[in-house]
Amino acid sequence: MAGAALPGGLEPSKWALANVVELQVETARVKDLVLDPQGWPGHRAGQHIDVRLTAEDGYVAERSYSIASAPEDEHLMLTVERLDDGEVSPYLVDVLQPGDELELRGPIGGYFIWEESLGGPLVLIGGGSGIVPLRAMLRHWATGTRTVPVHMLYSSRAWYEVIYRDELLGFARDHDRVEVEFALTREWPKDYTGHTGRIDRTLLERVAPAGERPLIYICGPNGFVETAANWLVELGHDPGRVRTERFGPTGT
Amino acid sequence: MSPVSRGFIGRRRPTIDPSRLPPGQYVETGFPVLSAGPTPHTPLDQWSFRIDGAVDKSVSWTWEELLALPAETPTVDIHCVTKWSKFDTNWKGVSVDTLLKNVDTSVRWVTAFSDGGYTTNLGLDDVIGGKAWVAYEFDGQPLHPEHGGPARLLVPHLYFWKSAKWVRGLTLTPDDEPGFWENYGYNNHGDPWLEQRYQGD
Repeated sequence: MAGAALPGGLEPSKWALANVVELQVETARVKDLVLDPQGWPGHRAGQHIDVRLTAEDGYVAERSYSIASAPEDEHLMLTVERLDDGEVSPYLVDVLQPGDELELRGPIGGYFIWEESLGGPLVLIGGGSGIVPLRAMLRHWATGTRTVPVHMLYSSRAWYEVIYRDELLGFARDHDRVEVEFALTREWPKDYTGHTGRIDRTLLERVAPAGERPLIYICGPNGFVETAANWLVELGHDPGRVRTERFGPTGT
Repeated sequence: MSPVSRGFIGRRRPTIDPSRLPPGQYVETGFPVLSAGPTPHTPLDQWSFRIDGAVDKSVSWTWEELLALPAETPTVDIHCVTKWSKFDTNWKGVSVDTLLKNVDTSVRWVTAFSDGGYTTNLGLDDVIGGKAWVAYEFDGQPLHPEHGGPARLLVPHLYFWKSAKWVRGLTLTPDDEPGFWENYGYNNHGDPWLEQRYQGD
């Protein structure tokens, strides 16, 4: 099968170096890594990438991160949340500096992607840093014909933990076909009028009416994704139109 | 040799036997869940396991019939292509050797198929000789649906996407036919010790 056309698109490249152009603070625990990779073959919205760190004694750690940038963006961007018990994310968020080099391999994954030929209506459901690949899809949408309606639902613990907040609000303001809603589970500002508490069936029923047969992408911690996906199937959605990406351990 | 990442120390785990950890992997004590879509929930009275394709005669088992077959309790290390490995996982299930005992075939490839439409391809040699099971218990409990219950394939010597969740059967095929992830750029064989993650590895 070598050399055969992949429905998923690009074959992952070998390890390559990327120059760290800039780091941007999103929230207290989340940073954007703006990168300039050498020989980058391009990617599709929703794909991820492997990152490899090497210590002076040769010790190596690898992790996967979703790509936050659209294929059309000038730079490749990752958005990384610092996990306090993590090994790689604290380095990427707290130690990495502009001018450093980062080893990358990718892009990877051909199923959790959206592009215009897949159509819609598009429903994007993110929990926490699960918003990252969905942001890439929304940015990609904005570079196209913008005919497919998009409804984004983003669950976060608190307003101050919402990643890309101004950008997402801007998309909703600037595009009639884009709706962005939040669900805040722990803390919310006094003047906040959106959903509070965890997502529920009523909310999903409104965001993703089964009669419209939307194409649904869910990304987040496994419990969040499992709950949302199960409800959507119960509400009558075709499981084949519900694509999921999950992270985080369960059942320790 | 990779270039050194300035200021990266890492967090070595001295309690871990490095000879058990394939390249690029780290040890996970939880049990992460990865799947491309919603979790299927097939009632056990509608469940069956089938062996078909290039065989002299298809065979199938109901849930009760599968449970009545001789079971084994392998304790194995598992390795996910997303980088985590989990040591000493305890399973109960039926060896694929047992399932293939009365099946006559001359082909060398297998496609595992699952509820929800998932497929993965394996060499016949990778699922016989005590290397693969249809597992229905984990840690002494019925296998949870998120982890592939009621039954999943268990092929611990390959990356874990080959251990198809919600498995419903094996189709023997004359040619090696890429399955779901294999069609999306993942390696056809998936040996973690050779770090065969993606196509071209």
